[in-house]
Amino acid sequence: MSTTTPAWERVQLARKADRPHSLDYVNALINGFVELHGDRRHSDDPAMIAGIGAFNGRTVMAIGHQKGSNTRENLDRNFGMPNPDGYRKALRIFRHAEKFGFPLICFIDTPAADPGLGSEERGQATAIAENLLALASLRVPSVGVVIGEGGSGGALAISVTDRLLMLENAVYAVASPEACAAILWKDSNAAPQAAEALKLTAQDLKRFGIIDEIVPEPEPAHDASDATIQRTGEAIERHLGEIEAIADRPAGIDRLLELRYEKYRGIGAWVDEQEELIGELPVGVPGTSTPESTSD
Amino acid sequence: MPDFFRRKPTFNREDVSAEDGPVVPDGLWVKCQKCKDLVYSKDFERWFRVCPKCDFHARLSASQRIEYVLDSGSFEEWDRGIVTSDPLEFSANGDVYREKVKSTTRKAGQPEALVTGRGRIRGYDAAVAVTEFRFLGASMGSAFGEKFARVVERAVDQRLPFISISNSGGARMHESTFSLMQMAKTTAALSRLGEHKLPHISVLTDPCYGGVTASYAMVADVIIAEPGAMVGFAGPRVIEQITRQKLPDGFQTAEFLLEHGMIDMISRRSELPGTLSLLLLHYADAFLGRHQPGYAMSGQSRNGEAR
Repeated sequence: MSTTTPAWERVQLARKADRPHSLDYVNALINGFVELHGDRRHSDDPAMIAGIGAFNGRTVMAIGHQKGSNTRENLDRNFGMPNPDGYRKALRIFRHAEKFGFPLICFIDTPAADPGLGSEERGQATAIAENLLALASLRVPSVGVVIGEGGSGGALAISVTDRLLMLENAVYAVASPEACAAILWKDSNAAPQAAEALKLTAQDLKRFGIIDEIVPEPEPAHDASDATIQRTGEAIERHLGEIEAIADRPAGIDRLLELRYEKYRGIGAWVDEQEELIGELPVGVPGTSTPESTSD
Repeated sequence: MPDFFRRKPTFNREDVSAEDGPVVPDGLWVKCQKCKDLVYSKDFERWFRVCPKCDFHARLSASQRIEYVLDSGSFEEWDRGIVTSDPLEFSANGDVYREKVKSTTRKAGQPEALVTGRGRIRGYDAAVAVTEFRFLGASMGSAFGEKFARVVERAVDQRLPFISISNSGGARMHESTFSLMQMAKTTAALSRLGEHKLPHISVLTDPCYGGVTASYAMVADVIIAEPGAMVGFAGPRVIEQITRQKLPDGFQTAEFLLEHGMIDMISRRSELPGTLSLLLLHYADAFLGRHQPGYAMSGQSRNGEAR
């Protein structure tokens, strides 16, 4: 694919139903993969898969959003949108990996976290937040790969990893282009413009330093499934090898956690204009705070 | 009493914005957004902008919140100069983000959607972060995340407990993935706070959604919400549109969250400083060592001098 492919086209490619999904990667890359089910709280969420197996000779735990390849599968998998049970299953697997010292590999491919009534009742926001907290200080090496759609907090909840990779035609943004268009353009038909403005392609995110590597797709993944999966496996191995080398030194895990903290601590684009802001905040100064409703 | 007996107040609707709280017809009376009753505005202010008739908790600006919760004169603001640098050079439909930040700064009277610093609550020192909803719906952009990480890191350095008081629409679309990553950044900062045995108390106020609830606001040691505050992940309109489910009465209210085990308690605005200071007293054993009298006493005496 060319580097000038429009963002909207990438979105279409990232969403292709016949693009390889998490289980395709896991089954091809992880030998003797045993899928583990359930959050031990409420249910087993088919939109999130998890398990244990051997990746290039070492035991790893793998987690991924799971989309379907057709409508029937997608209905079963809730289009890859996990509910809180899915995120709590992931959390159980994080802890499991930590307990046994197994590296963690995450495959990210979701339009969003499930926005349903039951999800709200069981604390969707809390479930995602707890995963972010757990991943920030998880004492094992971790690699994440955005293989298709990286949709907002639902994607982030399994992607706060030491290394974050992205397939060339994958996308990752805070909201879907349709939702962004509906809110800021007041017109969901403006999704192509919104996709462009959201800077959601792997090329943009590499430039911003948010991801560590782009896994190339000389042919789009849906046309070259095996080659894409193999190339992804090689990239995961390279990064996992690097961070394992850090982790294996004395106090290496602490160093790894420090690096992980710095990685996410450093993401942001801001300036300090302290000098230019001479105005004092009127709070805490008696008599200067006024109710806004009269003047606003 | 039937409303038609009451004289209609005369005021110009254009002068007021319904979003920002109850409407004040002529400066003397406030019309409650919920029960539509008129309240004498001085009473309304004295009740911390809570309707004395129906208990509706009106939204507050960050500065009002700080004034109500912290001891008078105790707030020291940090990092006021941190502002966004518009990483995406974002514009939507001719609406330029950079310009929007300028105009919203004037409107909100704050240069970002988060105000941070340290202060005292009934004599107890704490680091605090308070959202400003009038600044782009207190959405979480890069500057928000940076200020949040800094206040938490300073809480660690100065051995202070941390209190966040939030309402927010969630992510800041104009900063896309940068905005998303602030969820990871703020939460990572809190994991450090926890390692140092410093408590995080989160206060959720109306409305609190998306990026903020799915990150720092919901991973506190104690979570308190104001009565009637709407709190959730996805907004009710989005849920109804996507799932076509009819949502039950009281869905996503603070009371709904309490019932579902998502928060520890509901605290009325007038009781919040008392609740927070009592909790701070209890947690002091963890970060100052057991039965340290100095925390409370030094705070109270300094507070006494300040008043």
